[in-house]
Amino acid sequence: MTTEPMNCNELVELVTAYLEGSLDLEQRARFDVHLLECDGCENYLQQFRATVSTVGKVPIEDLDPGFRNRLLDAFRDWR
Amino acid sequence: MTRTAGNEAALVAALKDGDESAFAELVDLHTPAMLRVARGYVPSREIAEEVVQETWIALLKGVGSFEGRSSLRTWLFTVLINIAKRRGVRERRDLDMAVVAYTGGTVDPARFRDADDRYPGHWRPTEVPSAFPDTPEGSVLGDELITLARRELDKLPERQRVVVTMRDMLGLDSAEVCDLLDISVANQRVLLHRGRAAVRQVLEDYLRETT
Repeated sequence: MTTEPMNCNELVELVTAYLEGSLDLEQRARFDVHLLECDGCENYLQQFRATVSTVGKVPIEDLDPGFRNRLLDAFRDWR
Repeated sequence: MTRTAGNEAALVAALKDGDESAFAELVDLHTPAMLRVARGYVPSREIAEEVVQETWIALLKGVGSFEGRSSLRTWLFTVLINIAKRRGVRERRDLDMAVVAYTGGTVDPARFRDADDRYPGHWRPTEVPSAFPDTPEGSVLGDELITLARRELDKLPERQRVVVTMRDMLGLDSAEVCDLLDISVANQRVLLHRGRAAVRQVLEDYLRETT
């Protein structure tokens, strides 16, 4: 079976689908084969993974005590 | 964020009995993420707080009939998003239309070789990406990247921001996000990819300048 090679500009648009495991097997094979021979795209994938991990470290702001008290007041009103 | 299903059921049961400490525990557990999501729809923190408060009041009114068929988090986010959409003052364009209308790539086309090159569509030699450096927990560079990522997240178009926040910050899975936002898997993926790619570009620009 011959597989149409994948270009870098095509690969960069498929990275999220690749990471989600939602490429069909043919596409996934083209992606994997391209990665084997392209350092730039391997680095792009690494950058993408690092980006996802960085976004995952963005802290969720702490709960403002004043707002928390307003919610608890709402609870007391309800009860 | 890790709470077993049994624990949640116990808290909900205590809440039905009017237990304030159960309510406080649920508030502490879910409110920060709810505020974060609500901010994706409304223009100010104050309105986001009103939306979150309205959601908790809706839970208090409805908790008697809450049967735990969905997780409490899913229930809260579903109600929250409905209220937030109603309160959102930004013009609401149809999501699927907005996604379909988009045609360009997520990487500057000038970084790739032209069609008449021997390797069309491949990285130009000067534009080949380099791996990002390792950034240990708490390192100065790591903290700078997190700050940049947060700033870029805030600049993303509303739907990209909401999807990236839910998936990558709050850790919801694809099915949950599609369900909550009522979008297709394919559109969710496009929004996620575009948002992530925008953040990646900002991090790459910064790292190219500083390292």
